[in-house]
Amino acid sequence: MRRLTLEQRLHPSVAIRALSPIAATLITILAGSAMFYFLGYEPLGTLRVFFIDPLTSVYGISEVLLKACPLVLIALGLAIGFRANVWNIGAEGQLTIGAICAGGIALAIGEKDFGFTLFIMVILGALGGMAWASIPAFLKVRFNTNEILVTLMLNYVALLLLSYLVHGPWRDPFGFNFPQTALFHSSAMFSPVLPGFRVTGSIFIVIGAAIIAWTIVTRSFLGFQMAIAGKAPRAGLFAGYRDNKAIWLGLLIGGGAAGLAGMAEAAGPLGQLLPTISPGYGYTAIIVAFLGRLHPIGVVFGGLLVSLIANGGESAQMYLGMHSSLSQIFQGMLLFFVLAADFLVFYKLKLVTR
Amino acid sequence: MSLLELRGITKRYPAVVANDDIHLNVEAGTIHAILGENGAGKSTLMKIIYGATTADEGQIYWHGNPVRISSPSAARQLGIGMVYQHFSLFESITVAENIAIALDRKLDLESLSAEINLISEKYNLLVEPDRLLYHLSVGERQRVEIIRCLIQNPKLLILDEPTSVLTPQAIQGLFVTLKQLASEGCSILYISHKLEEVIQICDSATVLRGGKVVDTILPSATTTGELAHLMIGTQPPTTQRQHVKINSSSTLEVCQLSAAAEDHFGSDIRDVSLTVRGGEIVGIAGVSGNGQAELFKLLSGEKIHSEPDTIRINNVGVSRLNANGRRHLGLACIPEERLGRGAAAGFSLRDNFCLTHHGRNLLRYGFIKYKEADRRTSQVIDRFSVLCDGPHAAAESLSGGNLQRFIVGREIELNPTVLIVSQPTWGLDVAAAAFIRQTLIDLSRAGSAVLVFSEELEELLEICDQIVVMYGGQMSQPVSRSDADIEQIGLLMAGEGFSFQTTAQGY
Amino acid sequence: MDLTIAIITGTLIGATPLIFAALGELVVERSGVLNLGIEGMMLIGAVTAFGFAFAGYPPIVAALVAMLAGATAALLFGVLALTLMANQYAAGLALTLFGAGLSTFLGHGFGAAPLTAITEVSIPFLSSIPIVGPLLFRYDPMVYIAIALIPIIWFALYRTKMGLVIRVIGESPQSAHAIGYNVILVRYLATLFGGAMAGLGGAYLALAYTPLWVPNMTAGKGWIALALVIFSGWRPFRVMLGAWLFGGVTILQLHAQGFGIDVPSQLLSALPYVATIFVLVVISRNRIFLLKNFPMSLGKPFHPGN
Repeated sequence: MRRLTLEQRLHPSVAIRALSPIAATLITILAGSAMFYFLGYEPLGTLRVFFIDPLTSVYGISEVLLKACPLVLIALGLAIGFRANVWNIGAEGQLTIGAICAGGIALAIGEKDFGFTLFIMVILGALGGMAWASIPAFLKVRFNTNEILVTLMLNYVALLLLSYLVHGPWRDPFGFNFPQTALFHSSAMFSPVLPGFRVTGSIFIVIGAAIIAWTIVTRSFLGFQMAIAGKAPRAGLFAGYRDNKAIWLGLLIGGGAAGLAGMAEAAGPLGQLLPTISPGYGYTAIIVAFLGRLHPIGVVFGGLLVSLIANGGESAQMYLGMHSSLSQIFQGMLLFFVLAADFLVFYKLKLVTR
Repeated sequence: MSLLELRGITKRYPAVVANDDIHLNVEAGTIHAILGENGAGKSTLMKIIYGATTADEGQIYWHGNPVRISSPSAARQLGIGMVYQHFSLFESITVAENIAIALDRKLDLESLSAEINLISEKYNLLVEPDRLLYHLSVGERQRVEIIRCLIQNPKLLILDEPTSVLTPQAIQGLFVTLKQLASEGCSILYISHKLEEVIQICDSATVLRGGKVVDTILPSATTTGELAHLMIGTQPPTTQRQHVKINSSSTLEVCQLSAAAEDHFGSDIRDVSLTVRGGEIVGIAGVSGNGQAELFKLLSGEKIHSEPDTIRINNVGVSRLNANGRRHLGLACIPEERLGRGAAAGFSLRDNFCLTHHGRNLLRYGFIKYKEADRRTSQVIDRFSVLCDGPHAAAESLSGGNLQRFIVGREIELNPTVLIVSQPTWGLDVAAAAFIRQTLIDLSRAGSAVLVFSEELEELLEICDQIVVMYGGQMSQPVSRSDADIEQIGLLMAGEGFSFQTTAQGY
Repeated sequence: MDLTIAIITGTLIGATPLIFAALGELVVERSGVLNLGIEGMMLIGAVTAFGFAFAGYPPIVAALVAMLAGATAALLFGVLALTLMANQYAAGLALTLFGAGLSTFLGHGFGAAPLTAITEVSIPFLSSIPIVGPLLFRYDPMVYIAIALIPIIWFALYRTKMGLVIRVIGESPQSAHAIGYNVILVRYLATLFGGAMAGLGGAYLALAYTPLWVPNMTAGKGWIALALVIFSGWRPFRVMLGAWLFGGVTILQLHAQGFGIDVPSQLLSALPYVATIFVLVVISRNRIFLLKNFPMSLGKPFHPGN
């Protein structure tokens, strides 16, 4: 009799770790082509609209980068926490609070140009996200509450707080009663990298963050301590690493990155506070983090890919009349396959004869 | 005709043949021992008989008929019950529910409780059906496991190292129950590596070594020496000891240390005092659960104490320092749990080396010098003959013995002035155990103070210069090796002569 | 008086989809699985129910098909999280994303066509009693079904062997496996049940509550259901209390001005979430409560080994 059994790989090779997301992407493209075919679109042409066309113009590339920035930034922060077993699902809320803090100061300063308004906003955005993330960190350290559940709840509280502010005290008095704040002064906004394109100077923050994250994860003793304390807490305690440090750092880094991303949205493409700052970047970034196998380099590519699919969906809608929800389905499929492919990193199928 | 017969049972795992052509006969109404060292294949064999795993080759006969035991439920239907070493019980539900969950019948807790009380009286296995399991001691939990089997009227009861969690007195209580069962016609498969026990209660014994049957013998007609020889295959290796030369610059002092337990499961530490001087080995004996785990954590720095001078290393009060701070003062520790505490699973040996060596010139500006760490990890691997794929091998890919060699080597490499080690040879084969014991002796003779926690009295008698006993969170006066008397230490382990009495460990 | 009655009836109706989805998730979590994809499964249920009702099938058929659709979506999660041992949080989020996309795509042809809703059944005689009548006896059948399900789920979890097995698997899958239970199978069944219930919750939204198809019409109700499970401390009867609290707050803010309450509606809406965090803190401190109710293996993958 022959049967398939599972065998755990004790040393998953670097090659297979890197290959699995690539293989998952290829399978997603195959499955996506099949989907397009059955929906009556010509698969190859559709794939071109999805994956190639957005990259053929400077404007397209700028748009891909624009969406990739917040995704990559948040996912970099989250991945550091996830590696330490800190499950922060609350980036959406932390992003919102970051935007509120930065936006609040921009509105308070108003038309005055100090020259360093933007700098204060960057600091406040990051601090806001960190403050919001410190609630689950404190509750986890002090009362051992589950951080997944607390961060999730706080997303709603943050969104409602923003909604209250833009409907109420912060509403633009000259805004025809629309729920939105006044536009920020130009000194409170990132300027575009290239005139006429939407991607802003905040991209340099993202690049810097990626380099810092890479250093923390692969080289630093801090990252090492966090990974040990998170994944093998009793070994961490035995070695004398403070066990709560990983929880605090994991959440603060994730919260800070999300807060920054929120600030960069408000001070970038939006230029004001609206009832929704992000189209779910905080949740999509979780997917990006897994897509990148929680490695900073992987996260950068993962963020670019997800952003490409989102932009591809928009051009497919524009040129092929394809429904915009298809890019969401596409992203969902991509993550399904990535998660499925992960399995083969840690296990191998074996045909056993008995 | 035998009750149970195994013919040619073979089970292969990727790295090892766990069972190799095993033949075994268990007669009705007998207590049959399966004897062997750790790693000899005992547990795998029991899992096959209980249906928790299936053999690759061979045939099982039950009452002379060939059977296929595909699951524990199938085994139970045949009349086979099993008491695991690590119990398969659930803390969130009651005793009665824990028993109901393993029965293949409708849920009726009322009539089940009555049945439990009946069996509990008949075999002197006291439990309360309505209590939440969470509140039960280890001994009580074992009784729940045994009742869970007995309620199904088994023809064969398998017990996996049942005495490892019991006091000497409780062990005798268990033996009375087992003999009563055997006299009523229920066969018992008794898995153990403790020779005296096997000689005391077993009618026959099958000895396993390296996955193969070495011999089947009559325990009553043999000695522990002969059994040990069969089990190990060679004469047991011995350790070399030199005379103690006290080195007064290295000391571990514990002075009137008291601490409350973290939860109801642990034991409070009550007024413990102890001195270990450089050059000697002090052993802490006792049945598990009498405060050893708590004391170890207080000494290692995994738990911090508010009064700085209750624990002193080389004359410095350290109670308020964490493990890292104490390491800087010359302390090294080896916990009983290797994977997960002494070493982090999912990390390489190199990373696990950094775990305790990062303070030894392995960092530059907050970055780890990985090349240097690799080099020094390889040194430990070579010096302590750790069998592995080099410094990048994952900790969990090593066998228990090799991982212990690595952890011991890593800590010795710190050149500690004080070393604290718990259960240094748990689960190791005899050769590895002897190596570890010799290493500890050599370290003490080189001038370090060494403290050993062990549940194996023989081990302590072999390597220690002084022995103390823990009971109910208290510590006895030290007994020097030359005056040590097993009888007297056994009484101390059972609580004789301690001011504080506890019933938690009673059987 | 009429306003009070409107608020109470509105609360009971608003609580209904939450009870369905939360009860399902409660069973899933009790078996040790955390499925964050409730929102996605509800949307799939909603669009399926609407589609079938739109095509002229009776509401009961539409609701049953929606349950099947929800279970199918849960199966997708199960394959990833249970068979392939993927990270459960990521798999659940992927399901939410996928479900939102798929339902929007499937529903884009429906437009905003209204539908004959499931109508309320006025129980003869009883419904005409003043005050009590409109308060208790004039709902659509799904409201009664949701309330009836609570004692049923309670009984199944605490008084049957099946419930005992689900709970112990949630505590320690390793021990349950050692005794001989098929952990993965039980978890699959619990996950599918959770999917079916989320589908039913979605169906209620599309068939009775709104009754319209609007993309992303669940508007976070899946996440509220998740909060409810925590709020309840994993106990069925408290799910009902929590659902009334969440449902009540939603209705109350619509009528807040009528009562002269001058609290911004958003802050009122945030209240249940803050309350959930508070409850979580309280139960996290109570070891015995956690031990008895919290599935200790929640979110951790299980590999049966050889």
